[in-house]
Amino acid sequence: MSIDIQGVGKRFGSFVALDDVNLSLPTGQLTALLGPSGGGKSTLLRIIAGLESADEGRVRIEGKDATGLPAQKRGVGFVFQHYAAFTHMSVAKNVAFGLEIRHRPKEEVRERVDELLRLVHLEQFAHRLPSQLSGGQRQRMALARALAVEPTVLLLDEPFGALDAQVRKELRQWLRRLHDEVHVTTVFVTHDQEEALEVADQIVVINEGRVEQIGTPDELYDAPANDFVMRFLGPTTTLAGLVVRPHDIGVVALPVNGAIAGTVRGVHRVGFEVRLTVQTSEAREPAVVTLPRSRWVELGVDVGDPVWLRLPADAARTPADAAHVGGVVGVAH
Amino acid sequence: MTTLADSAARTPLRGRRAAARSTLTRGTGVTLGLSVLWLSVLVLVPLGAVVAAAASGGVAGAWSVLTNPQTLAAITLTVGQAALVTVLNVVVGTAIAWVLVRDRFVGKRAIEVIIDVPFALPTIVAGLVLLGLYGPRSPVGVDVANTRAAVFLAFAFVTLPFVVRAVQPVLEQLDPDVERAARSLGASGVQTWARVLLPALAPAIAAGAAMSFARAVSEYGALVLISGNLALRTEVTSVRILTYIENGQLSEAAVVATVLLAIALVVLVALDLLQRRVARRG
Repeated sequence: MSIDIQGVGKRFGSFVALDDVNLSLPTGQLTALLGPSGGGKSTLLRIIAGLESADEGRVRIEGKDATGLPAQKRGVGFVFQHYAAFTHMSVAKNVAFGLEIRHRPKEEVRERVDELLRLVHLEQFAHRLPSQLSGGQRQRMALARALAVEPTVLLLDEPFGALDAQVRKELRQWLRRLHDEVHVTTVFVTHDQEEALEVADQIVVINEGRVEQIGTPDELYDAPANDFVMRFLGPTTTLAGLVVRPHDIGVVALPVNGAIAGTVRGVHRVGFEVRLTVQTSEAREPAVVTLPRSRWVELGVDVGDPVWLRLPADAARTPADAAHVGGVVGVAH
Repeated sequence: MTTLADSAARTPLRGRRAAARSTLTRGTGVTLGLSVLWLSVLVLVPLGAVVAAAASGGVAGAWSVLTNPQTLAAITLTVGQAALVTVLNVVVGTAIAWVLVRDRFVGKRAIEVIIDVPFALPTIVAGLVLLGLYGPRSPVGVDVANTRAAVFLAFAFVTLPFVVRAVQPVLEQLDPDVERAARSLGASGVQTWARVLLPALAPAIAAGAAMSFARAVSEYGALVLISGNLALRTEVTSVRILTYIENGQLSEAAVVATVLLAIALVVLVALDLLQRRVARRG
């Protein structure tokens, strides 16, 4: 195991940021810490890096106890959301920083910097200042800087959070390819479930200072451990007391055995998709069903028509948490 | 014949001048004229007059003024103490700015206000305060009156805010993650300071230091009461100028004034060059 976290807890005053977190991250993997803002995932990342100290528990990196070790002795590369560039140094100097601190020979530093700048496609910007780079370029520079010291683990805190949507998408695919090339154990924090599902080998869902679920993107998506994970990974609706995904629900215009009868209350077209709101007799809240436009045309139903809903046996579902459903009702009215 | 390097160096200048000319409309032309006139009446003409008055005694006259032991002692004392105070301000001012930006504590706002008191206080009042507290009848038993320490103290009092106020906004802009990044890359606390923080703050510190130095060199009110103005010992340049004027030696006064002017110019040009460097860094 590359990173081993045992019973880590952290409080800020009366606020519990992390509560007895236990986690083992295998060597060479790309792991996402996924969760809502303020859920404790960044705090956990900073504790691993030694930028924050845990109130309790232990952190082991590559088998060595790092709990009391200061940040500069952990051999950890850290990439910050807002780049944390050394603004008075050129791009090459930024990347060389960790090597120069270690008093490596000049020739070696130069070669390593060149190699890293090629890796992050910034070789022609070596002599620019960070302020002359775009956000995406700055973050690639920060990544090269963190990789320069050959860290045992690479930690990224919302690395694409400050970039616009298009650059985000490009950079996260690029990060995946880079990881496949470099193979350093990597942990990145994100609140974007799409980012985690697309890039990570393994996802750790963290909420209110606790680990909700650990698994591969497929495991999480197909078998969410609870209501929270289910809701966090994409749009959901409730049907017959279960939290389900709107696109998993099957709709037919004729009564079928085991299907739930309801009435169409609304039809909204969103691009290639049609979203139906269906009021069933068994629930106070209407269920939301999404289906391809072609399927909807085939069905030929509109507002006021009766429909029958059923959930395929293999569709992901979790029991609806009563408190959460109440909350949704409150919002809807 | 111009070399390639020559023309390359001149091109941006020419470009800038052309751009400035093209933005002038009739309205802005009038504004520019008024600005130049105002600047001339207030600053350029009086300064020119001082330099002209200094020159009226000829080179020999100026030389004899500058080699006068009392004048030389005054200039040496002023520049020396101003430099010492500036060094102090660089250290203490940066520390104060650091505390004000990075730490939260009770009474922070009060300190923010107190820092600016030397800006707002008439300097003669500052002199009175210093005399009362560190003079012959000091309630705390510290009497520096009529010593060089009094000059240093008065300079320190009036120049306190400069470095603090120059460094504070730059430090506020500096992301604390930059330090964390340096630490995670293996830098110790000292290395983080020396390689990351100081270079980032250096232009601001230098700007504050230049202003602090210029202000100290020109100080009069805060020290005139407590320093005793003893010839060859505690007499500063501004007091020396006044003495010349009181004796009716206007051209001698002008020579010393021109020296102060030259020192101020050197400092301000240095400051401007630094600010250009900062602007380029962005």
